[in-house]
Amino acid sequence: MTAQLSPVLTRLYGVDRSWTREVYEAHQGYVGLRAALRHTPEEVIQLVKDSGLRGRGGAGFPTGMKWGFIPQGDGAPHYLVVNADESEPGTCKDIPLMMANPHELVEGVIITAYAIRANHAFIYVRGEVAHVYRRVLSAVNEAYRAGYVGPDVLGSGFELQITVHAGAGAYICGEETALLDSLEGRRGQPRLRPPFPAVAGLYGSPTVINNVESIASVPSIMRNGPAWFSAMGTEKSKGMTIYSLSGHVTRPGQYEAPLGVTLRELLEVAGGVREGHELKFWTPGGSSTPILTAEHLDVPLDYEAVGAVGSMLGTKALQIFDETTCVVRAVARWSEFYAHESCGKCTPCREGTYWYVQIFERLENGEGSEDDLDKLLDLSDNIFGRAFCALGDGATSPVTSSIHYFRDEFIAHVRGGGCPFDPAASTVFAMAGSSSELGANP
Amino acid sequence: MSGTSRDAQPTAPAEPMSAALRDKLVADAATIMARYPRKRSALLPMLHLVQAEQGFVTAEGIALCAELLELSTAEVSAVVTFYTMYKRRPVGRYHVGVCTNTLCAVMGGDAIFGRLCEHLGIGNDETTDDGAITLERVECNAACDYAPVLMVNWEFFDNQTPASATDLVDRLRAGAQVTATRGARVASFTEIERLLAGFDDGRADEGPSAGPATLRGVEAASKTGWRLETSSGEESR
Repeated sequence: MTAQLSPVLTRLYGVDRSWTREVYEAHQGYVGLRAALRHTPEEVIQLVKDSGLRGRGGAGFPTGMKWGFIPQGDGAPHYLVVNADESEPGTCKDIPLMMANPHELVEGVIITAYAIRANHAFIYVRGEVAHVYRRVLSAVNEAYRAGYVGPDVLGSGFELQITVHAGAGAYICGEETALLDSLEGRRGQPRLRPPFPAVAGLYGSPTVINNVESIASVPSIMRNGPAWFSAMGTEKSKGMTIYSLSGHVTRPGQYEAPLGVTLRELLEVAGGVREGHELKFWTPGGSSTPILTAEHLDVPLDYEAVGAVGSMLGTKALQIFDETTCVVRAVARWSEFYAHESCGKCTPCREGTYWYVQIFERLENGEGSEDDLDKLLDLSDNIFGRAFCALGDGATSPVTSSIHYFRDEFIAHVRGGGCPFDPAASTVFAMAGSSSELGANP
Repeated sequence: MSGTSRDAQPTAPAEPMSAALRDKLVADAATIMARYPRKRSALLPMLHLVQAEQGFVTAEGIALCAELLELSTAEVSAVVTFYTMYKRRPVGRYHVGVCTNTLCAVMGGDAIFGRLCEHLGIGNDETTDDGAITLERVECNAACDYAPVLMVNWEFFDNQTPASATDLVDRLRAGAQVTATRGARVASFTEIERLLAGFDDGRADEGPSAGPATLRGVEAASKTGWRLETSSGEESR
C-alpha cells in the first residue's frame, strides 16, 4: 500500500515567495491566531491537549500537557523558547520548514506564547544555516509590522516580543536545558532536573521549550480544530508529521504523512531503495535511535510501535543505507560525532565516547580483536542511563544496535584485517561511472 | 575528538582595534543587548559580531565582550572555546565546510573532502595561502536529503561531487560571484557573521522556496490527490 500523504506544514513548499507574509496569508495564514485569540489561554491549552499533539523533536511528550505545567497567575515572567537547533544526524525537517514556511512557525509562536502567558519568545536557530536565519528573521519582522507581534497583538491587549537568536555550532544545544544555558550566554551544558524548565527555565523563570515542527503544527489545530488533527494518525500518536528520507533512496526528500505510516509505504512513494540495491539498515529518527533492518519495513512509524521494536521514533529522520555500506564505518563515524559533541560535563559520556572512537579506529584498521565487541557493549552499559543527559544514551544506540544486528560484520573486520567494503561503491556518484568523479577515498 | 585539539592553541595575534572600530562594536553591542531581558544573553551574538569585524574572535574582542557584559575574560573565553563556529585564527574569505558525518560521508562526503584537501593543498581547519578558502569538516548540517552537502559561508551547496566541489572552490578563489544551490548569493565570511549577530541583511527574498528534494513529498501528494483542512473548508483540494 502506498502512503497517504498529508501536506499541511509542507503545503506551501515550492509556492512562489512562500516565505512572505502576503503568500502565507493567502493560504490561511494567521487564521489560527485569530481563532486562538477568541479563546482564553486555558482554552487554547485544552484545545492542544485535545488534539493529541506530541513533541516532534524526538521525545514525543504531549505538547498541551507541557504547556499546562506552566504556573498561571504566578506573577513571574514566562518564556517560550523554540528549539530550532536541528542538528541530530539525519534530521533535516525543520531547516527546510523554516526556509519555505517561516510564518507557520511565527504564528505558532504567537499562539503558544499567548497560551502560556509569555511576553517574550526566543527562536534559537542553529548558526550554520545563514539563509534559514534570514527567512525567520524576516518573517518575524513582517509579523511585527502587521501587528501580529508587538505591544498589542491584533488589538487583544496581549503583548509579545520575539527574538531570533543564532547559535554558534554545538549539537548539545539541541538538549533543552543546554539550550537554555547557551541562550543565557554560557557554554551549552545540560542542567540537572528537577527543577524542570516549566518551573525554573530561562533566567530561572517558567519556560516552555518546543521543537519547530511542534510549534508549527499549532496554527493548523487552531484553524481546523483538534478533532481534525486527531482524526489523523494512530491511537496514541495523532496528527500529521514530516518524514525525511535520505541516503540510498531513489527520491530522497520531505514526505508529510499521518503518524503510523510505514517505511515500506514511504519507500513506495519515494521510488524505493536506489536501483539495483537493497535495504541493509536504517534509522527511524536520527543517529540516536537504534538502527533497524529490512525486517522492520512494516513497523508503523509512530511513537509506540517503533518503541516496541527496540528503537525510537525520534525525529523521523529515515536514513536509508543499502548493502554497499559498511555498518562499522557508519557507526564509527557517528561515534566520532558524539565524542566531538560531548559537552564534557559528565564522565560516562565524555570518556565513554572517547573510548568508542579508539576501539572503532582499531577495528577499522584491522587491529581489533573479538574482545573489542564486548568492550564496546561494556562501555555502552556504563554510558546508558548513567550519563547526565540524553546525548550519552543516544551515543550508545548505534553501537549496541549495530552489534545486535550485524555482529558478523564486526567479526569480519577482526578476522579479515580491516574493512571489507569499498567506500566508493556507496557514493551517489559510484553509479554515474566516471572514474574522475570518484576522487580520493580513504 | 581525534587529532590535534584546536582548543589547545592560543588565540592568534591581530591588528590592534582602532578607536573607531571599538565605538562601532560598542554601539552594535548595545543594540544586541537590548533584545534580551538580561544582557549576558547577548554574548553569543556579540561574538559573531566580533568575527564580523575582525574575521575571528580576537583577544581584544574577548576583552571588550567581557567589559560590556561585566564578565571576566576567562568566562568569555570559556564560551568561545565551546562553540565550533567561533574561530581563534583568521578565516579565509570563504569558509568551506564539507559534511563528513555518516550519511554524507557514505554518500561521497569523504571523497569530496579528500579531493578538496588534495586540490587546495590544505588539511582540515587550514586556510589557503591566498587567504581565500578555509576548509573544515563539519557535522550534520540538516540537509541529508541533498547528500553529499557542503556549505560555503553557511549557505547550502547540495548534491555535490568531487568535481563540482573543486570547480566551486576554483570559482571562489577566482573571485567569481557564486550563488547557493538552495539559498542566497554567497557573501563574505564577515558579512554572514554580521547577519548571525542579528543584523538583517535584507536578502531573505533571494533563492527559492525550497530545493527539489524538499518538494518531493508535495509533488507526490498532488499526483495522488489529497484532501486536508476540510473542516474549515477553504483549503481542500
